[in-house]
Amino acid sequence: MLNLDAWHETLETLRRHKLRTLLTALSVAWGIFMLVILLAAGRGLERGVEYDFRDDATNSIWISPGKTSVAYKGQPPGRAVRFENDDVDAIAQQIRGVERITGRFYLWGEFSVSYGMKTAQFDIRGCHPGHLYIERTRILEGRFINDFDVKGRRKVAVIGPDVRAQLFGRRDPLGEYITIRGVKYKVIGLYEDDGAQNELRKIYIPITTAQLVYSAPRQVHHIMYTVGDADLQQSEGMAAATRDLLSRRHRFSPDDKRALRINNNLEQFSKVQEIFAWISVFVWVVGVGTIFAGVVGVGNVMLISVKERTVEFGVRKALGATPWSIVKMVLQEALLVTSLAGYAGLCAGALVVEAVNRYVPENDYFREPQVDFEAALWAVGILVLAGALAGVIPAFRAARVHPVVAMRGE
Amino acid sequence: MSETLLTPRPLIRLEQLNKAYQTGEGSLHVLKDIDLAIGEGELVSIMGSSGSGKSTLLNVLGILDDYDSGAYYLDEQRVQGLSERAAARYRNRFIGFVFQSFNLLPFKTALENVALPLFYQGVSRKKRNQTALEYLEKVGLADRKEHLPGELSGGQKQRVAIARALITNPKLILADEPTGALDTETSYRLMDLFRSIHEQGITIVIVTHEHDISARTDRCIVLKDGRVER
Repeated sequence: MLNLDAWHETLETLRRHKLRTLLTALSVAWGIFMLVILLAAGRGLERGVEYDFRDDATNSIWISPGKTSVAYKGQPPGRAVRFENDDVDAIAQQIRGVERITGRFYLWGEFSVSYGMKTAQFDIRGCHPGHLYIERTRILEGRFINDFDVKGRRKVAVIGPDVRAQLFGRRDPLGEYITIRGVKYKVIGLYEDDGAQNELRKIYIPITTAQLVYSAPRQVHHIMYTVGDADLQQSEGMAAATRDLLSRRHRFSPDDKRALRINNNLEQFSKVQEIFAWISVFVWVVGVGTIFAGVVGVGNVMLISVKERTVEFGVRKALGATPWSIVKMVLQEALLVTSLAGYAGLCAGALVVEAVNRYVPENDYFREPQVDFEAALWAVGILVLAGALAGVIPAFRAARVHPVVAMRGE
Repeated sequence: MSETLLTPRPLIRLEQLNKAYQTGEGSLHVLKDIDLAIGEGELVSIMGSSGSGKSTLLNVLGILDDYDSGAYYLDEQRVQGLSERAAARYRNRFIGFVFQSFNLLPFKTALENVALPLFYQGVSRKKRNQTALEYLEKVGLADRKEHLPGELSGGQKQRVAIARALITNPKLILADEPTGALDTETSYRLMDLFRSIHEQGITIVIVTHEHDISARTDRCIVLKDGRVER
């Protein structure tokens, strides 16, 4: 109860010294404001890059064949490696942890695709059912290619939104037949994809059908699979095991990096995440530095004010203030100023972030900046600590004031 | 000694009290073998030229400063080598101070200034302000309670300061040149106020260098070169 009274006393003192309080408050408020903005900006950048990764599964491994660059087991260098359907099966069976797998077969160049009287050029890809998960494709209507389509080399197609718009307009494409190079395919599904614009103008057909049409039985251009919830190390192990397996199957040196290119999305994603962890560290260092500058400012103003108030402290001590009560008083002032100012800075920062969120158009590099609750809590914690810190030296200096100084007058 | 005859129960008793300040070249012996007794309810003035040690004596009496040897008894209690905390308690409970330069806190109203010593006794705000108003009434300034010190005349400020010194109901009022910053007429009126307080039984010690002020007290102690002359 006495404590509450002491706070009231402190608040009064601050209220009666408006300019001094304002100047003190400003430096702290600015520090917190900057910290909030920096944190939000860091988060915005992070979200932007995460958004960039939305197209493909971040836990996927992409394998493309190359040309051998060293002689191995009697084979000359410069030999092209060629994947086949068996490779896909071998990986699926022998590499532990493979979640979904697909081969991919491109019908190179854009093909004229027609429906009724309409004709347009589209990209055509042959794939396995697992492709759905690797590209993070979403089926809007109908279904994706399934195992029976692949096994039976069915002439079915899953089309993108651009294909649908250009060939069908507003008509329902499901069950209709489109013609690719003189062969009719039944449209069984319509998909949506978060990737770039050209991801929306693809036509997926069973890989076996594509091989047949292109007279390249069994050939596979790309193999990709997801690793489930494997961590980075496990996924790297899987990539290495895959390289090993394929080098044995295709008789190239396991150390021949050019014979096989393996792209581990998880590795890249982890790298980016690591970069953002560092950016976050950087933001905190700069932010805390700014707050620290504010604290030094507060400490400085408090020190000057303590000097100005020598007479006041002397009088208070003459009237019965203990040294500790003087220390408490100055500390409370510093704490109150920093926490109130900090709160104001926090609110101002949050307001600016909210405004940016609302009025700045979305783009790929910067999305949804946000101050998370945890960060705000940390900031407040730092503030209170900072306030105490700023007050400590002035407080003890004030407590050392000798009451005689007050007796002797101004 | 004659003082002991006059005062059967001394509130203040100094015995062979010595005090020296350490300076750059050596020590400055300010108070030399002071023997002094001030009885309860006395109105006493301490006179002396500057450098006579009267301010130092007041600091010792007010437990604002310690001394080197001898003894100081305040209300039969020996006061020496107190911790700052204990000294603050003594000052708060037993002694009221009045300063030459008033030393009111400029950002607090007359009422809040008067109430301040009670803050250090842990008295609630409401009770503090209530008591402070009573004491402002006693010095005739109840109508100025919301005024800041800057809005008051010198005489009014000193009366506020006196109300502040009285509010803890102390045994002793120590006044350091209380009329030093006031004109003669105001000074005399202030002395009348001191006298009326004295009549309520409170011991008052006034340090002054003005003879007419000293003449308005019951007894005058003259200090010269750190010794009691009379």
